Amino acid sequence: MTAVPIDDDAFLRIARTGRDTGWWAMACVCGTEASFFAYLITAYAYLATRAPTWPPPGIPRPSLLIPVIMTVTLVSSSVVMAAAERAIRRGDVRALRHRLALSLLLGVVFVGLLAAEWAGKVAEVLPQTHVYGSLFYVMTGMHGLHVLAGLLMIGYTLVRALRGHFSARGFGGVSVVALYWHFVDVVWLALFTTLYLTPRFT
Amino acid sequence: MAPRTAGHIDRRFAAEDATAALDAKPGSAERLDALWETPHTWLAWLTTVDHKALGIRYIVTACVFLVLGGLEAAVMRLQLARPEAHLLSPEAYNRLFTMHGTTMMFLFIQPVLSGFSFYLTPLLIGARELAFPRLNTFSYYVFLLAGVFLYAAFIIGQAPDAGWFNYTPLASLPFDTGHNIDFYAIGLLFLGVATTVGSINLVVTILRLRAPGMSLDRMPLFLWSSLTTSVAVIASMPALTVALLFLELERRWHFVFLDPRWGGTPLLWQHLFWVFGHPWVYIVFLPATGMLSMIIPVFSRRPMVGHNIVALATVATGLAGFGVWVHHMFVTGIPQVSVGFFSAGSMIVSIPSAVQIAAWFTTMWYGRVVFQTPMLFALGFILQFVIGGISGVMTAVVPFDWQAHDTYFVVAHLHYVLAGGSLFAMFAAIYYWFPKMTGRLLNERLGRVSFWVMFAGFNLAFFPMHIAGLLGMARRVYTYLPGLGLDGVNLASTIGAVVFIGGTVLTLVNLLQSLHHGAASGRDPWHANTLEWSIVSPPEPFNFAQIPIVSSREPLWDGGVAAGPTLDQGRFTLLTTPLDAHPDGVVELPGQNVWPLIISLTLLGLCTALLVRSPLGIAAGAVTSIIAAARWMWPVHLRTLETDA
Ligand code: HEM
Ligand SMILES: [Cu+2]
Repeated sequence: MTAVPIDDDAFLRIARTGRDTGWWAMACVCGTEASFFAYLITAYAYLATRAPTWPPPGIPRPSLLIPVIMTVTLVSSSVVMAAAERAIRRGDVRALRHRLALSLLLGVVFVGLLAAEWAGKVAEVLPQTHVYGSLFYVMTGMHGLHVLAGLLMIGYTLVRALRGHFSARGFGGVSVVALYWHFVDVVWLALFTTLYLTPRFT
Repeated sequence: MAPRTAGHIDRRFAAEDATAALDAKPGSAERLDALWETPHTWLAWLTTVDHKALGIRYIVTACVFLVLGGLEAAVMRLQLARPEAHLLSPEAYNRLFTMHGTTMMFLFIQPVLSGFSFYLTPLLIGARELAFPRLNTFSYYVFLLAGVFLYAAFIIGQAPDAGWFNYTPLASLPFDTGHNIDFYAIGLLFLGVATTVGSINLVVTILRLRAPGMSLDRMPLFLWSSLTTSVAVIASMPALTVALLFLELERRWHFVFLDPRWGGTPLLWQHLFWVFGHPWVYIVFLPATGMLSMIIPVFSRRPMVGHNIVALATVATGLAGFGVWVHHMFVTGIPQVSVGFFSAGSMIVSIPSAVQIAAWFTTMWYGRVVFQTPMLFALGFILQFVIGGISGVMTAVVPFDWQAHDTYFVVAHLHYVLAGGSLFAMFAAIYYWFPKMTGRLLNERLGRVSFWVMFAGFNLAFFPMHIAGLLGMARRVYTYLPGLGLDGVNLASTIGAVVFIGGTVLTLVNLLQSLHHGAASGRDPWHANTLEWSIVSPPEPFNFAQIPIVSSREPLWDGGVAAGPTLDQGRFTLLTTPLDAHPDGVVELPGQNVWPLIISLTLLGLCTALLVRSPLGIAAGAVTSIIAAARWMWPVHLRTLETDA
């Protein structure tokens, strides 16, 4: 065999070029969660196409006003989050804190709007009324839970940022949360299309 | 193709000193020990992150569930030994076959195989740990507690009773009003957490922690199946999650998904269940084939033939597994077109399996086969699996399936594939890796006897079931009438089952005896080719004193391994790029803390609160879990490496 003499220092000095393992794990989490929502959407499509009319008789088509505002809020929050990650890559800890806080705030507004949307919806349909209602509440509700989880993670990251945990060389935690938050955003776009746009074309 | 046997053996002996070169440099072994060893306290034992300890615990726990599932099967077989027996009531029989299927599929076969993955993966890739050591502790406890949760149902007399596939409306509220189905649904949701995070851990470990030089095409085949099944879990498990969520919402809060009165359909359950359930069959089968592809070359004394093709076939099987779920639904009245499509699809899936089998036989043909116990079990696997594969292709033929569906023919088929396939592969793996895990050899003579008893018992137990099925014996019936020609075959089955169980007990005796009295095995009793055999048995807590650098596919056979860095200044392991395994920095892995254990307990509390419908309990469980998770992740110290925490 060829004994290659290798000193430790050489290895300890290798600068990492790829994402760290936490980011890869979060990518896998997003993969499995994406499948979860894909199965939910497929179940919706399956039941909707079996029904003679959709939404079923007596239930009006969903109105778009609040959902559009929700979409705008969540997309902006995601944009702010991307800016937060850019800030810490430059080592700008102050900007990181501000942007995390703003992103958190927009997320909270989204949850408030979801509550308003549900409050309006109960007058039209309940989960027990028809499979249409069940699907609506489960899909928006599961997404809402993911938003809440994301808010917890952003809050946690914000606390860590305030304690000075991140730097231009160490920001893995921020990337992980940012990835999750973008994912939650993309899922919402898929749900928005499914729940609010497709019934308008039938 | 010329036999290259002799050359390989010679080169292997040259490689003996290569492995010695991987031993610790003076002084570094002590440092590494201090960093990696689990302290000798009770709490440390409970919360250890050592993948070797956890892997073995996974395997042992799964085998305890195997014993439980086996006992359930034995009782069922005793009931069925003669017509019109009264050992069991119909209700008790329902619970037994449900818990037997659920145990074997969810608590035994998948966990035991992933236990091997958790144990072996870092050793096979030259890493010091899995990518997320604490996540491994967590997934072990969730698995254990979910099993306890499911079995607690027996204690209060409400065991699940609608089959492991749990079809609605049988499992819907009006037809099953107790807690039985809630145990099933909540227990499996809980267990799904363990399975999912375990798979994520394996994916990241395999893609990022491989030793420098171990590019994907040099990766051992067991890791290909591990990777494929992990990805399959990530993509298919959510289908079960959705199904269980729908079911519980319907049972608990009267949502509608599966009830036609308000626009639902029970077919939705079947689709979701089998979109998960069919890939699951491959999830428990592919790791078994991966093990065979490790064992067969070693006992044939030559490299695996068609290594890359087998890797490709593994991935292809995993992918194709997603496309054929409807073959479980041929009798549900779905449209003819899709029946035809899925029938063809199901047959196509058998092609990659045939490729694998061909590669194994070619390897043996061009090698010089040594018939030691692991190899015997491997051959047993192939034979049973081929028989199960043939009956599988038969049931993929739609008109045949219409006849055989829900008869004992299907029971025979699934046991040939699952029990004959996966179980025999697991025994092969136990005989093969036991010396690595314990440093001792198993008794070869007892091993062979155990194999032959199991093999005979297995075929006597399950082959007659084909006949019983073709004679029209329905499955999941607690008894049958005399004089239908079923008496003989059933009695034979029961005798076979007893013999089979006797054979497994022999292996158990062998394991317990050899644990303390077996002959010392040394590093590499089989003259094997992969990295785990280059280190002492059982491995040191840090696995490799020096991270190996790999330059071939059979590193121990052709000297394709060199000593790399020591990395003994912290709990370090090397990070490499996903495809070519170029060094890409160093990661520091966290040591143990108590929070993964605590969060698994709070989640158990949450599940119990869901079961007894206590809103306060649910809230408490959720909040404490969140706090525990936050504590778990909070970084204790920050290094100036590229990582944070
Ligand atoms: C000691 C060996 C075993 C015996 C004697 C045995 C026997 C049985 C029996 C009698 C049934 C019930 C059939 C019915 O009433 O429909 C059954 C069902 C089943 N068995 Fe086994 N079994 C054994 C091992 C295994 C193993 C190792 C696995 C999987 C890894 C397994 C998986 C299943 C499944 C999935 C079912 C279907 C349960 C259902 O219909 O809900 N069995 N087995
Ligand atoms: Cu299938």
